[in-house]
This record gives sequence, C-alpha cells and structure tokens, in this order.
Amino acid sequence: MNNISPKSQTIAFDDLDRAIVAATQSGLPLVKEPYEAVAHIVGVPASEVMQRLQRMLSDGIIRRVGVVPNHYALGFKANGMSVWNVPEDSIVELGQKIGALDFVTHCYRRPRHLPDWPYNLFAMVHGKTRDEVFEKVEKISDLLDDADQGHEVLFSTKILKKTGLRIKGS
Amino acid sequence: MDGNFNKPERLTKLQVDLLNDFQRDFPLCPRPYEKIAELLGVAEAEVIAHFQQLTEQKYISRLGAVVTPHKAGWSTLAALSVPEGELEEIAEMINACPGVNHNYERSHEFNLWFVITGADQQTVETTLVEIEAATGYDVLNLPLVEAYQLDLGFPIKWH
Repeated sequence: MNNISPKSQTIAFDDLDRAIVAATQSGLPLVKEPYEAVAHIVGVPASEVMQRLQRMLSDGIIRRVGVVPNHYALGFKANGMSVWNVPEDSIVELGQKIGALDFVTHCYRRPRHLPDWPYNLFAMVHGKTRDEVFEKVEKISDLLDDADQGHEVLFSTKILKKTGLRIKGS
Repeated sequence: MDGNFNKPERLTKLQVDLLNDFQRDFPLCPRPYEKIAELLGVAEAEVIAHFQQLTEQKYISRLGAVVTPHKAGWSTLAALSVPEGELEEIAEMINACPGVNHNYERSHEFNLWFVITGADQQTVETTLVEIEAATGYDVLNLPLVEAYQLDLGFPIKWH
C-alpha cells in the first residue's frame, strides 16, 4: 500500500471512557446539569464523568469540548479540500506553516499512491465563494514557493452522508 | 477567518458570543451553562434556550467532545473513482458499511470521498477490502500520517 506507517499510540482508554465520549459526542444535553444527565446514561457519578473528560483532554484523546459550528449554515458555502505534492523531507515544516493559517481548519499529511495520487499534504480551506477559496489556495502556493510541486482543489459537489466523526459506544 | 462577512441576520450578539467563545474550554463543572451565563452577564436559562435555538437552526452541528484521530480507534479518508451514473448506488453501498460517517461527491476524477472509523486499523482496512469487492473499484486509502493543525475551533468574526 504505502511505505509510511501512520503513527499509532497506545493510550489508556477503557469502556467507560468510550461510553462517556459516545454520550457527549452526540451532543451534551441542554439541561442545567448536563454531566449529571451523561452520568445517568453511563452509570457513574457526574464527578467521574467530568474527571474522565478532563483526563482525556490532558491525554489528547479528546481535542476539545465545545461548540462545533456548522460552517455551511454560517455562510462558508465553498469548502475546498486542497491537496499538495510537497517534498517529504520538508513536509513537517511546511505542514506547520500551512496549518497555522487562519483559513485552514485541517492540515494533514497523508500517504501518496503513485502514479494515481501524488499528493501528500491536505489542507481544508473555507470560504464564502469558490473564488475566495482559490485566492486562499494561491496564498498557500506562494507560501510553499518551490516546494509546491503540484496541487489541486476538490470541492464537494454533493453530500452523500454526514454524521460527524464519532466513536461508537461499545 | 477574515471578517468581511455579513453575519446571518437573525443572530444576536449573544448568539455570536455563544458560537465563538465556547468552541473549546467548555466548562467542566456541574452547571456549565450557569458558568457561561456568568461570563456573558445573562441568565442561565437564556444560555440554554439560545444553544437550543442555534442547534435547531443548524448553526451549531453539535455541542460536545471532538475526538483526536487515531488516539482511540482508527480512521481513514478513502476515495473511489466511479462513473457518474453509478455514484448514488455505490454511495449507498458504502454508507451501509459500519463506521462510514462522511461521504461526499467531489469535483475530481476521484469523485467519491468518505471517512471511515473503526476500533482499530485492521477493522477499517477489512471494510475497505469488502468495499472493493462489493463495488468492483479500487479504493484509495489515505490514512492520516501526521496532523499539523490542532482544530482548536474556528474563529468566526463578523462586522
């Protein structure tokens, strides 16, 4: 398949953690004591729910707890997945530069699949219109300079399914 | 984001604050909405009502935990190149597989893109092999190798 092994780390994550994440991912209840409501679902005290969420945040299992805005409904109708062919030996430095741009929400290194797929860096660019996305993609290209060995922008033209990244409760 | 964007008309200042200021560091205390209410100088009931409304109006996808890829489980981004006429049918076949949670048509020769999650790498890759067998098309398997952006939220600034 490819010669890059994606990083995998072993981190303590038990069934209760899984149940808590599953219960909060589908939406924290909009009641006065939401962690109490989650506690009822998973069968432990609310204090343990909060403690475990805090621990999972510290361990990096959870990236954040909070509002997940719907970019599309808020007017950012043109979301382009920009894909880049950049030299592997400078990809970390380049990825960090692009990831720091305020119009990029996700910046990931992924494996190439030659000859079909030469791109190894993905950056999701949000904009109100396609033209705005293209302008921003040009900014990335300028920033990469010679390291831009080819890029494309893929717009979503139809949503075939969208439920959000979830961990299923076991 | 840059700010030359007119906010949706119906959004109040309070709603914009709720959308913007609590994408991370949502309070982990027994009464988080009360805490937010204190910070914004409004009533707890008002905070709950507005979150409810923003969710119903779909400005908020959800309020909760955002997991880090590959920390607990496995996921990948996968793509297929399929004839336009077969797109819907193949999308349905893929959507029926366990762990598929985003599926988009995109403007490219690889026109069908989906995200698939599972308990571990092997589970996910087994499903991809099944998808190849069921659809008759090769799957481009593009798992995350490294993230350069932490997705700590999305500042929405309006004039």
